[in-house]
Amino acid sequence: MKIAVCIKRVADSETRVKIAADGKSLDDAGVKFILNPYDEFAVEEALRRKEQAGAGEVVVIACGPQTSQETIRTALAMGADRGVLLEAASVPADGLAVARALAAELQGGGYDLILFGKVAIDDSNHQVGPMVAELLDLPCVTCAAHLDLAGGRGTAEREVEGGMEEVEFPLPAVITVDKGLNEPRYPALKGIMAAKKKPLEVKPAALGTAGLEIVAMTLPPERKEGRIVGEGAAAVPALLQLLREEAKVL
Amino acid sequence: MSHVLAVLEQRDGSLRKVSHEVVTGARRLADALGGEVHALVLGAGAISGTDAAGRFGADKVITATNAGFAQYAPEGYARAAAERAKAGGYGAVVLAASAQGKDLAPRVAAKLGMPLAADVTDLAVEGGAVVVTRPVYAGKALLKVKVTAGPAVVSLRPNVFTPVERPKAGAAETVVVPGDGGRVVVKGIKAAAGGALDVAEAPIVVSGGRGLKEPANFKLLEELAQAFGGKAAVGASRAVVDAGWRPHGDQVGQTGKTVSPSLYVAVGISGAIQHLAGMRTAKVIVAINKDKDAPIFKVADYGIVGDLFEIVPKLTEEIRKLNG
Ligand SMILES: Cc1cc2nc3c(=O)[nH]c(=O)nc-3n(C[C@H](O)[C@H](O)[C@H](O)COP(=O)(O)OP(=O)(O)OC[C@H]3O[C@@H](n4cnc5c(N)ncnc54)[C@H](O)[C@@H]3O)c2cc1C
Ligand SMILES: Nc1ncnc2c1ncn2[C@@H]1O[C@H](COP(=O)(O)O)[C@@H](O)[C@H]1O
Repeated sequence: MKIAVCIKRVADSETRVKIAADGKSLDDAGVKFILNPYDEFAVEEALRRKEQAGAGEVVVIACGPQTSQETIRTALAMGADRGVLLEAASVPADGLAVARALAAELQGGGYDLILFGKVAIDDSNHQVGPMVAELLDLPCVTCAAHLDLAGGRGTAEREVEGGMEEVEFPLPAVITVDKGLNEPRYPALKGIMAAKKKPLEVKPAALGTAGLEIVAMTLPPERKEGRIVGEGAAAVPALLQLLREEAKVL
Repeated sequence: MSHVLAVLEQRDGSLRKVSHEVVTGARRLADALGGEVHALVLGAGAISGTDAAGRFGADKVITATNAGFAQYAPEGYARAAAERAKAGGYGAVVLAASAQGKDLAPRVAAKLGMPLAADVTDLAVEGGAVVVTRPVYAGKALLKVKVTAGPAVVSLRPNVFTPVERPKAGAAETVVVPGDGGRVVVKGIKAAAGGALDVAEAPIVVSGGRGLKEPANFKLLEELAQAFGGKAAVGASRAVVDAGWRPHGDQVGQTGKTVSPSLYVAVGISGAIQHLAGMRTAKVIVAINKDKDAPIFKVADYGIVGDLFEIVPKLTEEIRKLNG
């Protein structure tokens, strides 16, 4: 099984957001960067599929600044075989531009499976995987929380409002993965040592022109200070009155 | 002047309510662009409820049918929507950032070779260009983005664009889409237990956390939700989802769902930053917690300090009376 996993370096979920001086981006001073958590599920899934098949290769591809090499090394330490960095000074807000760069690298790679996270927790674009699938004209299932592959076909389950959607598709395919698909492994010390020697190719990203322009990044408005209506069950009637007459939500 | 294409959503032959929001968002853009709203519904045959599209501002409703479109057909839907968008020369294409829309919108945008402004919470036209606001970093920041290529493809965060009645002709048209549904085939939807309303879409969400003490006690919240008469869903904090008390689909927060209901009731939830990320855009927040210093009270509009096991049953009883 030859599997590609697209991975992104993102600010850690516990980051306190400060806006940079340009008023358009995150001030990354002191920010910890991690492998996008959904991409961790994707890397884990790729490793398991390769292990089950008993042979194959797992290639991780990231588009981003030089520092994304650390992210690639994390995936290599988990067990991926080699990495590719598509270098760009910064990752554009336009997911299609990113998808074009990734698709150019993936094209002709002979992959049985191309995995993505369902969403990057920084930009929350929720789009790069299916866009790459369109550009490569491959079948695609998004947000897979359950995946079965056998005999050149696959079935997946994805969460939709009020239930789980069951989907069938042929391979090769693009799959974006959701939480719940697996429990990602921690890189062992041996893996971390081995990762240092694994191949990591760096080339420029073919991003093309982006069609989205960031005007401003702002902090969300603070919610105005609320009030304690009272204590215990005795406060319930007062609460209901406020919900009806002041908030007008009942 | 240019028209706007609103791509609506149906399930089992009925228009879904999020479609009213899509028409409302599309109407706002069309008014600014001086054009019409054309609503597109994809299905295997006639879809019930499409008359609502006219009520919320669609000048025309196009039902595009294909035998393979009874269930969501990712590739067939994307092809049909993109072809319609191209043929109509639209200035913007609007979809819902629902489960289906999150799958469909990127495909449509890629087919058009256009960027996708996803999961937006506000949109406008400035100097002829579509400008949107979208939450990033799990809602910890807002990005204002200008779409510099057209048609602008935009998906709307559910529950944010309150449907506004703007009656238009809503002239109906049916077209047959050639070809099949595509390589990716949806076999069906296994309904969640109880066929309950999804937290991401419910107008009222009652969420419980570790303060509930054990899974069986969620019955209290289910009863409270029922008292609201089919408008409420039960959500959960990650602590109780990780403990296996509630399904992952119910989790609200950074690694769960983002909800914007008109009323969010947090019961026995401390209000960790990752939980707040998922519900801070609710219109009204009520917190019930025995710890008066719990951070949830910092974002709650109204709070009651005390034991949830006394407060919730009383609240349920009072809501029932109200809804008679
Ligand atoms: C990367 C990351 C992602 C995360 N994502 C999420 C997420 O998506 N969603 C999420 O919710 N969390 C998330 N978390 C976890 C989050 O940090 C908190 O640990 C979690 O939200 C706590 O859940 P809780 O409020 O139910 O439990 P606790 O923090 O234990 O709070 C329980 C509350 O119940 C109150 N209580 C106890 N008994 C009673 C009673 N009898 N009556 C009234 N009140 C009572 C207590 O005073 C307390 O405030 C994430 C954490 C990390 C690190
Ligand atoms: N810059 C990037 N480099 C590599 N993969 C990416 C990049 N951006 C997004 N992806 C992949 O696409 C998924 C969805 O990202 P997004 O559409 O940005 O939310 C991520 O989970 C990654 O798998």
